[in-house]
Amino acid sequence: MQMKSKIAALLIGLLLGSGSVVAEENLLEAMFTPLRQKEVNPVNNKLYKDECGSCHFAYQPGLLPPQSWEKLLNEKALADHFGENAELEKADLATIYDFVMANAADKSYYKRARKIANATEGIEAPLRITEVRYIKRKHHEIPDSMIKGNKDVKSLSYCDACHTQADKGVFDEDTVKIPNFPDWDD
Amino acid sequence: MKKSFVLFCFTALFTTVAYASPASDSLLAKYKAEGVAKTDVAKAKKDWTAEVVVEGEKMSCASCHGTDFSKSGKHHKTGKVIEAMSHKVTADRYTEEKKIEKWFKRNCKDAWGRECTAQEKADFLTFLIAQ
Repeated sequence: MQMKSKIAALLIGLLLGSGSVVAEENLLEAMFTPLRQKEVNPVNNKLYKDECGSCHFAYQPGLLPPQSWEKLLNEKALADHFGENAELEKADLATIYDFVMANAADKSYYKRARKIANATEGIEAPLRITEVRYIKRKHHEIPDSMIKGNKDVKSLSYCDACHTQADKGVFDEDTVKIPNFPDWDD
Repeated sequence: MKKSFVLFCFTALFTTVAYASPASDSLLAKYKAEGVAKTDVAKAKKDWTAEVVVEGEKMSCASCHGTDFSKSGKHHKTGKVIEAMSHKVTADRYTEEKKIEKWFKRNCKDAWGRECTAQEKADFLTFLIAQ
């Protein structure tokens, strides 16, 4: 009887995800988000695609929590956007800000976005997607030679260098192709 | 008589004036209103490759756009492809006033650490639309 209740307590504990050291999402949460979808919500805003995508990969808003976007998307921050001037007209900035906030990681029912939201909850919001714990963990086994040392990749920031369907919000392993390492298989 | 008329039409067709779009026309008019009396294409050509050290990095227009306007360039940091500057290759170049001004603002600051003057912008625009 006692043993049984202990097991039950353990199961409930697991279910509630109290031991979520590795997983960014617990079972309970996964079960009760019926709108849940795979991957990351794709970008469906032309202004965002044009403005942000003209200099770099148009990172889906679901790749960062709203606290991060808040730090990035204001006039002052954009004047020095990782060393570049990325100033936007007031009206354009407002449109982009609203779109991003409505689609940030915490607002999304897409699996990876949820994991990113959970991985960044309660901590100092990262400025870079590559600083998100979940993203780091997903890439940690890839040797430096394939990223930094790879002239066709250079940095983890260039999602679409390896993720062939990144523009559709698909980051699944099966869609990964690392340039100059055709035989790599996870 | 007929023949010479056809010939005339032919020559007229192939000696059309330099490329201009409503956007570039209206911008050049705006710069003129801001006090630009004359544009200097030779200066723009020289300025295109003039290097300025910004935040420890030598930068010029050519750092990202290159010097062959028929070829695409590459963003100096992200490596993102920048479409060719020539309107003959990139059809929608210089067709939107807002876009031209936006990139003048950003890129002058990135490459020279300051905004360009109306004179400089008029020179560059006149130089670029002729490419």
